[in-house]
Amino acid sequence: MSNTKVDFAGVAFKNPVVLASGTCGFGREFGGIFDIEKLGGISSKGLTLCARDGNEGIRIWETPSGIMNSVGMENPGVHSFAEQDLEWINSLNLVNIVNVGGHCCEDYLEAVEYLNQFLVDFIELNISCPNVKSGGMNFGIKTEVAREIVREVRKLCKHRLTIKLSPNAEDIVSLAEMCEAEGADGISMVNTFLALAIDIKKKKPVFNNVYAGLSGPAIKPVALRMVNQVAKRVRIPIMGMGGIASWMDAIEFIMAGATVIQVGTASFIKPDMGLAIAEGIRNYMESNKIYDLKEIRGII
Amino acid sequence: MGKIIWNRQLSKDFFLMKAEEKNNAEMGQFYMLRAWDKFPVLSRPISIFDRDEESVVFLYKAIGEGTERFTKLKEGDEITLEGPHGNTFPKIEGRIALVGGGVGIAPFYLTAKTLKEYNPGSVVDVYLGFSDTALLEKEYKEVADEVHINVGGYIIEDIDPNRYDYVLTCGPMIMMRLLYQKCKDTRAGIYVSMENRLACGVGACLVCTCKTSGGNKKVCKDGPVFPGEEVFGIE
Repeated sequence: MSNTKVDFAGVAFKNPVVLASGTCGFGREFGGIFDIEKLGGISSKGLTLCARDGNEGIRIWETPSGIMNSVGMENPGVHSFAEQDLEWINSLNLVNIVNVGGHCCEDYLEAVEYLNQFLVDFIELNISCPNVKSGGMNFGIKTEVAREIVREVRKLCKHRLTIKLSPNAEDIVSLAEMCEAEGADGISMVNTFLALAIDIKKKKPVFNNVYAGLSGPAIKPVALRMVNQVAKRVRIPIMGMGGIASWMDAIEFIMAGATVIQVGTASFIKPDMGLAIAEGIRNYMESNKIYDLKEIRGII
Repeated sequence: MGKIIWNRQLSKDFFLMKAEEKNNAEMGQFYMLRAWDKFPVLSRPISIFDRDEESVVFLYKAIGEGTERFTKLKEGDEITLEGPHGNTFPKIEGRIALVGGGVGIAPFYLTAKTLKEYNPGSVVDVYLGFSDTALLEKEYKEVADEVHINVGGYIIEDIDPNRYDYVLTCGPMIMMRLLYQKCKDTRAGIYVSMENRLACGVGACLVCTCKTSGGNKKVCKDGPVFPGEEVFGIE
């Protein structure tokens, strides 16, 4: 009898499928469409200390095999989240991952400190936010810039901490090694790829912010390679993501070294894609006589 | 998953398509449609033109890769319908103008029908603007009191808002904005149906956010129908 249960940094997931941050709100919307409690967990919409209205202009653009988005972290802020949504999320039989971003070190720290008082399974630290103090380059590009934020957050954060890495990092392996050295409990990877679309009729970028984040099946092989490279170098577990749109993709990520996988863009293909992936993983395990996913984790 | 009952070309790029779907959809709502596996990634939000308990009719314009694929669908082909999504036009009565531009005419067939059923004493006039070819005039005449058609011009020039208690509109932003301005100092209350780009269709992803006087709203879930002053009153 196969068991899809996985342990990630001491937390049991009933299966390794998590809905990725930014694609599922706080779970309520998809919860009305399918039984989200059949998933392993949910990563919240990215939260910042204060509410943010997000970006102006077009926010979504379809590409061959993917989408680009420029939502700009529209969110109600951590206080509103804690008051309005946290209790509901915690009432679900799901691992509760709270994604936190910021635009300066103080914002991250204040948000994380505030969340210390609440029941949360993981803080997923999004270091792909523009760093206002360093001219807008995001925190997650340079290992030494990211180190500062990870170190300070680690000191303050009482929850388990997973760091969400940007594939736009100069050296994603060194970034992951730094996270482990600074005491992170896990790695979430990868966020969206910085990309560009141009409206050739208007002779202007599609997005007001010029560049936007590419996700979806288009990025899967690159994300998979990055997960594999990092998995070979760190001991902390990895939540792998990047274009996963089938159970076969999920198995690939697990074989590449991921413990948990996150499904994002694919939920727009089919709202209950995460569920189909969880079922597909179980069927694959049974037909291949795999009792525990650790038998195939990181075999590549 | 539903099956196509028929799919008819109305003009160069406008199509009317009926699909099997048990539903209790209401005027102004939409479905996310897809007739392919994973690519294109996104489903297409399409307004409900008409419905009964067993089926839904969609009016769509072939403008890109997804809608082009819809044009190829034949009787018996399968289509995925997620919905109905979004809010509805308000159940109002009195003298009502329904103003659609281009594919924005789509919701007003069911809307006219519903409002006349709701109160047969209401006057429901339809104004349809097209860039080159008039469509569905006979069908709209069956459900509305008057049907005004404008081809190649500006449909909003044909409306006198003072004749109406309510104006409901759907179409290009510029048309809805000008109509709001035309209505705002009259007795007519105006509702607009927004057509932002969507991804999830259920309010989870925030790519369709619309700024309103009540803060950011999700077009797919809080809308697509908003009081005109909520959207254009803040500009």
